[in-house]
Amino acid sequence: MVEKPAAEKPAVKPSDVIVKEKVEVVQKEEKPVAEKITIGELHLSGCTGCLVTIADNYEGLFKLLDNYADLVYALTLVDVRHVPEMDVCLVEGSCCLDDELSIEELKEARAKSKVLVAYGGCAAYGNITRFCRGGQWNQPGQEAFVPISEIVDVDLYIPSCPPCPQEVRNVAVMAYLLLRGNEEQKKLATAYLTPLMQLAQRGNEACGCDLMYDVINQGLCMGCGTCAGTCPVRAVTMEYGKPNVNRDQCIKCGACYAQCPRSWFNFDVMNNYEGIMDAIKGAMQ
Amino acid sequence: MDVLGNYKSVIAARSTDKDILKKSQDGGIITTLFAYALEEGIIDGAIVAGPSAEPWRPEPMVATSKAELLAAAGTRYTISPNLYLIKEATRSYGLDRVGIVGTPCQIQATRKAQLYPIGMRDVDDKIALALGIFCMENLSYQALEAIVEDHCNQKMESVKKMDIGKGKFTVYTERGAVSQMPLKLIHKYVQPGCHVCLDYVANLADISSGSVGSPDGWSTVFVRSMKGNAVWDGAIAAGCFETKPIDQVKPGLDLVAKLATEKITKNQKHVDERKTVGLKADGTPKGLRNPYESP
Ligand SMILES: Cc1cc2nc3c(=O)[nH]c(=O)nc-3n(C[C@H](O)[C@H](O)[C@H](O)COP(=O)(O)OP(=O)(O)OC[C@H]3O[C@@H](n4cnc5c(N)ncnc54)[C@H](O)[C@@H]3O)c2cc1C
Ligand code: SF4
Ligand code: SF4
Ligand code: SF4
Repeated sequence: MVEKPAAEKPAVKPSDVIVKEKVEVVQKEEKPVAEKITIGELHLSGCTGCLVTIADNYEGLFKLLDNYADLVYALTLVDVRHVPEMDVCLVEGSCCLDDELSIEELKEARAKSKVLVAYGGCAAYGNITRFCRGGQWNQPGQEAFVPISEIVDVDLYIPSCPPCPQEVRNVAVMAYLLLRGNEEQKKLATAYLTPLMQLAQRGNEACGCDLMYDVINQGLCMGCGTCAGTCPVRAVTMEYGKPNVNRDQCIKCGACYAQCPRSWFNFDVMNNYEGIMDAIKGAMQ
Repeated sequence: MDVLGNYKSVIAARSTDKDILKKSQDGGIITTLFAYALEEGIIDGAIVAGPSAEPWRPEPMVATSKAELLAAAGTRYTISPNLYLIKEATRSYGLDRVGIVGTPCQIQATRKAQLYPIGMRDVDDKIALALGIFCMENLSYQALEAIVEDHCNQKMESVKKMDIGKGKFTVYTERGAVSQMPLKLIHKYVQPGCHVCLDYVANLADISSGSVGSPDGWSTVFVRSMKGNAVWDGAIAAGCFETKPIDQVKPGLDLVAKLATEKITKNQKHVDERKTVGLKADGTPKGLRNPYESP
């Protein structure tokens, strides 16, 4: 393994801040980082938008690959036929039950990865493949598609259609800190990743209706408008300060609920937003 | 628990711009800071609570000029879902440096959108200035209508200014009438989501401001982040504000801390009560969803 230079630019809380509440601070790395983590992308029934999203980090992708992660498996980008061992497997697309190979590869990916991520709306929630009823070209016989958690245990969700380059970047950096970092960094990475892991536990059905069932009906909505701003297909509008969902337009990507500050809000991470954002920015420079 | 959040400095301040003071709610801090930031190229535009087709119903708007900022100045005590435009501002409007003003919950939403940009493509590094306004509670538009028209007996369209202070909700009309109602009567109209809110002074903003703590016409200003500090220093150097040390004004920081403590204690209690509101078959309590624990 080649010795790699230490990840530059730690985020240290500016010393002149009056800190009265204990927040976690990302510490400078003590020793050079010897090993990158390995990441792969397993492509199931998805449109490749998730894969392209990784590349939408532009130079950030190269920085990731230079310093933090080796891409060991991915359609067109990596010339590897069979699912290899990997630290993090990003699974794109739902799983077609009418395609044995999909089920086999998904199980193989589960067995060979430390962290299995449902990457994007289709893998996490089915997304548009929820509407499939067979008879489409060029595989009219394929009509049963399920979110990957119907077939394998999933550790972490990255919802939305497509997902965001910055979110998959953040997860990659945090996975690196989790698997290769010092104690402090592991703690931060765990805190950051926890809600995304809880999302995976929450279930594999998503809809704009979640805003009604799990936010408004629960007495938690305060009308910030995040859900409407988030929805990739503009299925959510704000009417008199509360979201209104056009359910026929919703593609079931799960972004609105995950982005809503009242689905979860983890103060331990958010209170240190400045330090964490500086750390990620520093890591990408 | 520190209810006032992290900050570098806290001051009493008032805008030196007379045009802004004519339209602003308090010391014109928000409008003046955005006007300064626009002028200096720190932001390309700011998401503010603009006017709409109905009186006193705000509609989020991307302001790119001082005239537009002025049209959106002043407080509307009803929801303006400003986050609705946060991605739009960077895409349809093509802004690279976005300013946003919001209540504490909206600033929380902004930080979540930056730290966990799940459906917020290309937004995280484009938030150039997030200004927070203090907030005790908010109302639906229909609730505001009931307060102004039923309780205060004024027409929405004839109201010039609404204000909360000294235990009263006050309505000033264009023709000079003043109607008031005790603040405690408003409680039943508060939107439910505010009862679980654990932030009074927008702890996660770059700079946050409200009237509480400073004399009439002045504002209390918390300068919080590195970014906020740089903008504040620049605005002071440019002569945008007159300032006074917070410990030399009445009622001062103690009142801010007192109100913040009251709000957060009450709401934390509500969050805790939700955990045991129901009953399971085995006799143990059944709880509602808690966003501070898991999605
Ligand atoms: C619902 C609500 C409750 C408040 N409660 C308190 C309180 O308890 N104590 C306190 O000290 N201050 C409170 N404020 C803040 C206060 O009313 C002033 O908004 C603040 O002091 C800023 O005044 P200014 O003169 O600096 O800003 P201005 O220059 O007048 O600018 C105000 C800015 O806020 C925006 N805005 C107006 N209404 C809303 C809205 N509903 N949502 C989001 N943005 C909006 C405007 O578009 C404008 O850009 C509250 C504000 C709101 C909206
Ligand atoms: S409403 Fe929009 S964001 Fe929410 S699940 Fe449906 S498509 Fe996704
Ligand atoms: S994102 Fe904001 S407006 Fe939408 S459901 Fe959540 S709290 Fe309500
Ligand atoms: S009380 Fe809290 S939740 Fe309600 S509007 Fe104000 S900041 Fe938002």
